[in-house]
Amino acid sequence: MKKYTFTEQKDTRSGFGAGLLELGRKNPQVVALTADLAGSLKMNDFEKEFPERFFQVGIAEANMMGIAAGLTIGGKIPFTGTFANFSTGRVYDQIRQSIAYSNKNVKICASHAGLTLGEDGATHQILEDIGMMKMLPNMTVISPCDYNETKAATLAIAEHQGPVYLRFGRPAWPVFTSPDEHFVIGKAKLLIEGTDVTIIATGHMVWKAIEAAEVLYERGISTEVINMHTIKPLDEEAILKSVKKTGCVVTAEEHMRNGGLGESVAQCLCLNYPAPMEFVAVNDTFGESGKPLELLKKYGLDVPNIVVAAETVVRRKVNYFAK
Amino acid sequence: MAEIAKLKDICTQVRRDIVRMVHAVQSGHPGGSLGCTEYMVALYFEIMDVNPSQFSMDGIGEDLFFLSNGHISPLWYSVLSRKGYFPISELATFRKINSRLQGHPATAEHTPGVRVASGSLGQGLSVACGAALAKKLNGDNKLVYVLLGDGEFQEGPIWEVAMFAAHKKIDNLIATVDVNGQQIDGSTEHVLSLGDLNAKWQAFGWDVLHMNGNNLEEVISVLNKAKEHTGKAKPVVILMKTEMGFGVDYMMGSHKWHGIAPNDDLLQKALDQLPETLGDY
Repeated sequence: MKKYTFTEQKDTRSGFGAGLLELGRKNPQVVALTADLAGSLKMNDFEKEFPERFFQVGIAEANMMGIAAGLTIGGKIPFTGTFANFSTGRVYDQIRQSIAYSNKNVKICASHAGLTLGEDGATHQILEDIGMMKMLPNMTVISPCDYNETKAATLAIAEHQGPVYLRFGRPAWPVFTSPDEHFVIGKAKLLIEGTDVTIIATGHMVWKAIEAAEVLYERGISTEVINMHTIKPLDEEAILKSVKKTGCVVTAEEHMRNGGLGESVAQCLCLNYPAPMEFVAVNDTFGESGKPLELLKKYGLDVPNIVVAAETVVRRKVNYFAK
Repeated sequence: MAEIAKLKDICTQVRRDIVRMVHAVQSGHPGGSLGCTEYMVALYFEIMDVNPSQFSMDGIGEDLFFLSNGHISPLWYSVLSRKGYFPISELATFRKINSRLQGHPATAEHTPGVRVASGSLGQGLSVACGAALAKKLNGDNKLVYVLLGDGEFQEGPIWEVAMFAAHKKIDNLIATVDVNGQQIDGSTEHVLSLGDLNAKWQAFGWDVLHMNGNNLEEVISVLNKAKEHTGKAKPVVILMKTEMGFGVDYMMGSHKWHGIAPNDDLLQKALDQLPETLGDY
């Protein structure tokens, strides 16, 4: 089984900040906006180096989305930066009409997504954002797994014409992908090959899936791990190829079960290759204050949860195919 | 300046287009469309520097217009077609299936002249400010115009952008507010009073002008004056007093014709007041 290790932990939002700075140097059309969260989004280096291309709009996210839509008229590529909660639910109608329906080339960059935002609690821990964004026609939805991948995704979305939702997080997290890995929107990454069960994970949960695969290996279950960094468009080919081999699947995401990655995978499977499936996700509840890892544990998003889900789905598979 | 009589003829024809368009599909918003006719005709036929034969989304090197109160699309479509953005005959497709002329303006069908979808209120001024910033970044000295309805000021984000534009000194932008004092459920005074708009915009740091939107000569004069007010480190807003339904006697003086279409008899009654000047579509 392929092993993954990490030597350092870094926050994915810093990957975004580094990517944005590099983009600023590469592409003069790239501009950035924030709603009073430049520091939290690690946009300060861009702001310092390109003050004329940086727009601080104050605590006014609805206006920020409209300004961003307008900036595209004239050829700019705006990157908006605020928390995931304020990047989606708070401004859904502005995104829907002025960005998605109008098909504007705005990159909505959203930090502090999910439970791992931690101590600030449920007001800020959005777990519905992937669902809201993937429902919008024209919108691409990306959720990278570590610092390097977030940086690479930030660079990649500037090359993509059309609105993008880029989701990342607050806590320091294991960096296990290579800094020179190419990021292709819509092309999943097969991290570990296996034959008994497929785990499809996104965002922070990719690392948890790798850890779970190691536990499962010790228990005699050969696990395939896919990093589904792009939720829309979904890499159906990668899903079907893997599930046709393993016969069952677990999805893992730091998001509500309703509307999340798992829902998209389930839709793909029921249309093409029905197979037993388990979901590791938050199930119809809000979060609360706490440390990131404590919260993942309490809300069922930890390694043991993925292991149990995998063992369950393997048992279900045996019954399913026995019929 | 184009002869004022010719511009008035365009206004009359545009008003005919508006009532015929909404009558044909028995839906749409004639009241505000009729009220803002002089403004939109003056803008496209006298004030703005635009390139209707080669519409480009980016509009670099030309003036831009955004319609925030997207429901007065019959007026905009009529003016766009009369200006040459698309064939006048296309007005007959308004609000029908497979048309580029959606109930509210949209870009999905690539309608020439339309640069962003509008209709959900309170968004157009932000988009216009973004486009004005892009012009500044591009070293493009053309202007950005935007029309808003007064009812839109009940939407909170308007005040976000009001603050932003003054703070950022967006001085290549001329916003105009259709102050007709009417909205779907009644007068603005009755539904939710807007208070002293003049004082509010001044307090937000805007350069505030006024005009009677149904007096064509005054509209042209004040829009020209507004141009002179640009480039002075302040955004410019014109509070434009209009009469909803102007030009069709039975539609004036009430909110009733905000969003309903005339029947056959009332259409004829309207057309009797609006002689065909340039030829119907």
